[in-house]
Amino acid sequence: MSETDFYSLTPFLILAMAPIIIMIVISIFRNYEVVYGFSVLSFIVAIFSVFYILPLVPHNIDPLFIIDRFSLFFLGIIFFSGLLVTFLSYDYLKNLQGIREEYYIILFTSTLGASLLTVANHFILFFLGIETLTLSLYILIAFEKSKDRSIEAGIKYLILASVSSAFLLFGMGLMYVTFGTMQFTTIMVAMSHLEKLPPLFLYGFGMMLVGIGFKLALVPFHMWTPDIYQGAPAPISSYIATVSKGAVLAVFIRLFFNIKGFENQSIFYIISGIAILSMFVGNLLAIQQKNIKRLLAYSSIANMGYIIIILLTGSDKGIQSAIFYLITYFITTIGAFGVISLLSTKDFEAEKIEDYKGLFWKKPWMAVVLTLCMLSLAGIPVTAGFIAKFYLIYEGMKAGLMLLVFSMIINSVLGLYYYLRVITTMFSTAGKTELPSVSILGKLTLTIITIGILALGVYPGWLIDFIVRNVIM
Amino acid sequence: MILVYIIVILLAGAFLAWISGNLSQVWPRIISLITLSIDLLLIITYLTQPTPFSSKWMIDIQYDWITQFGIGIHFALDGLSLLMLLLTFVLGIISVLISWKEINVKVGFFHFNLLLILAGIVGVFLSLDLFLFYFFWELMLVPMYFLIGIWGHENRTKAAYKFFLYTQASGLLMFISIIALYFVHGNSTGIFTFDYIQLLGTHMAPSTAMLIMTGFLAAFLVKLPVVPLHNWLPDAHSEAPTAGSLILAALLLKTGAYGLFRFIVPLFPAASVTFAPIGMALGVIGILYGAKLAFAQTDLKRLIAYTSVSHMGFVILGIFSFNELAYQGVVMQMIAHGISTGALFIMAGQLTERIHTRDITQMGGLWEKAPFMGAIGLIFSMASLGLPGLGNFIAELLILTGAFKASIIMSVLACLGLIAATLYSLRIMQKVFYGKKNNDWKMNDLSLREKIISITLVIIIAGLGFYPQPVFDIAKPALLKTLEQHTDKTVQQKEPVGEEFKLKSNTSLYKISNPL
Repeated sequence: MSETDFYSLTPFLILAMAPIIIMIVISIFRNYEVVYGFSVLSFIVAIFSVFYILPLVPHNIDPLFIIDRFSLFFLGIIFFSGLLVTFLSYDYLKNLQGIREEYYIILFTSTLGASLLTVANHFILFFLGIETLTLSLYILIAFEKSKDRSIEAGIKYLILASVSSAFLLFGMGLMYVTFGTMQFTTIMVAMSHLEKLPPLFLYGFGMMLVGIGFKLALVPFHMWTPDIYQGAPAPISSYIATVSKGAVLAVFIRLFFNIKGFENQSIFYIISGIAILSMFVGNLLAIQQKNIKRLLAYSSIANMGYIIIILLTGSDKGIQSAIFYLITYFITTIGAFGVISLLSTKDFEAEKIEDYKGLFWKKPWMAVVLTLCMLSLAGIPVTAGFIAKFYLIYEGMKAGLMLLVFSMIINSVLGLYYYLRVITTMFSTAGKTELPSVSILGKLTLTIITIGILALGVYPGWLIDFIVRNVIM
Repeated sequence: MILVYIIVILLAGAFLAWISGNLSQVWPRIISLITLSIDLLLIITYLTQPTPFSSKWMIDIQYDWITQFGIGIHFALDGLSLLMLLLTFVLGIISVLISWKEINVKVGFFHFNLLLILAGIVGVFLSLDLFLFYFFWELMLVPMYFLIGIWGHENRTKAAYKFFLYTQASGLLMFISIIALYFVHGNSTGIFTFDYIQLLGTHMAPSTAMLIMTGFLAAFLVKLPVVPLHNWLPDAHSEAPTAGSLILAALLLKTGAYGLFRFIVPLFPAASVTFAPIGMALGVIGILYGAKLAFAQTDLKRLIAYTSVSHMGFVILGIFSFNELAYQGVVMQMIAHGISTGALFIMAGQLTERIHTRDITQMGGLWEKAPFMGAIGLIFSMASLGLPGLGNFIAELLILTGAFKASIIMSVLACLGLIAATLYSLRIMQKVFYGKKNNDWKMNDLSLREKIISITLVIIIAGLGFYPQPVFDIAKPALLKTLEQHTDKTVQQKEPVGEEFKLKSNTSLYKISNPL
């Protein structure tokens, strides 16, 4: 292992060190604030370390790692989202009885798993990363031990995730049988030598798609999503929606481009089918929800559908638009769950839509943030979601994917229906629900998110520029 | 720069009004009033200077925005947009004044929404970049949704929903068309831009042009509205607070008409000619069907809302006649309808404030109680039926004469609309102010504030009726320009075009570059 190898792994080392240090600190002196402060610090250092290793890339550590600008970009997004989730967790956990410092340990291990996915160039690292992520998530989901629903969600996730991992593993095995290698880049080389792809490859990819589809919550592998989102602590729901999905998407994009999935007719149709189903099922089911966490869960299914289908363009441009969409989706989702978690107390989870009745007149600031998030998810101008949706439609039309464009348009209208319902509730006459006061830190996080949504909505040029320069497969 | 200032002042005023709402109820009102007055003064001072009315664009400014996609900030002013701006600010000021007593809850947020809608409308009237245009087009939806949904009457939530979904869905179709137009132009010339001026005269195959135009039409015809797509309008108008109804009827509908003028006719000269017979037929159906429905209503605001459908039928009839006479009439109709229907909505609001019902079967014989209000009501009912001496007469006469040149049958059928208009206008007067008293309401006549508002509107509508020439003079260059672009292209497109451009062949459902 050379010196460069070592340096280029700095972000991962920081993430691996942080939980160990927290563990030692806890065993000596258990203090919530100290652990919390350290976690925030570690995330910030991790974000800076991404910039630190920027001059070293692209750098491959054979056979497992491929560290390029694409992975650094995803690392940056993941760490930043992790930081925001940490901010939001403070208030949520502060009132929790019993131990809560361990939460941050697990948060770091799961983020480590997620970040490994972004640099994976090998099935082994892919699997290691996804398992580290999943196992940690299972603990995080069930972290509120006193709540039955939390435990239930945790167990559900554990069982279903194990099944999906089995599929994933089987798929990897079939791919290995076909090509005799587990490295993405060598699979690509092996494929180019073959005149006709063996059917086993398709089976293998299909199996892997089940595993990946589960993690991304694509229809028909989406059943777990609403229950988990509802049962998990609100910050963790946002973590699953953003970090976990973003990381799996990163490795999926890399795999998909290495095997040139968009050139294969069967895969092309399978993926478009899954994506369009996800849009419609997600949006149609979301309309009927009375619980805002479940509503956001279904909306996340639909949103993944939009992103997945644009990968079929098979171009850097398509990926760039998908990533822009992903970033805006991250910001809005964390914002929405942020409001939910800041309004929840230890005995009361602000999750029913009717709990938000009259929120605008009681807590205008929170209501404005949630309104902006909903408008952004619906793709209304001045918010980031509008530009993101425009970008997707733009690239989709450029590539001639008219079916995508029309399903997106229909789904935008469907989506609008339930996003508007949340907004309407907030602006109706005040309900009886008592709401807790919000800490400075929570307000700060929401301010960052609001600025993000508006800045990207009004002046998105710089981010598009940044993505276009950095995200090249 | 003046165009940017106008919008920035509105936005700044909106936020100030919202914040000041925490201090007292009066501040937001004063701030909104000041904001709108400054904007109106800016326009008027611009008018008093020697203005280049005859030049193509009086003001034309451009900045970069999202350069990656060829999106710019491009504002320009011509006679048409100038008139629309004047209308917007005058009615904006009036809508603040009429809400003075009516809106007592959440006053700050109300005026924030009000000014934001006006900013969106002004943006629509000024944008010459299609992306920017769509941006403003959508910007006015959310605050309008709040205006109906928070301060409206009993069924406000449903009405607000309907309004939003209709306009948003049709807007998205326009959005696809805008992007399609962008690609068609970019692929044929190599310049990828959303700029209106450059997109003018894009060569398209007739079928492509038709498809793209349909998207634009969807948005404009829903906004206008045209009969099969008018379903949102009566609900939104009747459930909105008075200021909301006023802005909806007088300004929001005009953005649809403006869109037809500015985009459909010049961008798709050949396709719009193909569509013209359908367009004119839709106009006539709108005129007659709207009038019929108006006659059948018992809810005063709903009745007035349906008269809008009828009056907007004249607009679309005029636009698809493609001649200057009709176009002058359409511009006049946009202004006169804004004033007269706005005034009727204000009257309905004043009545509701006093007797707490909009049901005209409950009213009757109110002249005795409120003679001043009755007189104002009479004037605007007469305006609505097209009495000579008031602005609407000039407008409808010109449209009918213009349409006569284009299609005699349509023009004749549309004339029947005038009779229908007489019926429903007289019915308003008969049921509300004359006839026997159905209830012994205790009510006051108009207050000083209300009198000032009404008299201002009367002066404007009579001014338009007796001396419409200034409006014609201001609008003329813009209209001629539109017609010129239109006829130029119609001739051009009929000649065989060398490089006929179709949407790229890969617009088929899927592009598969290399199947297995």
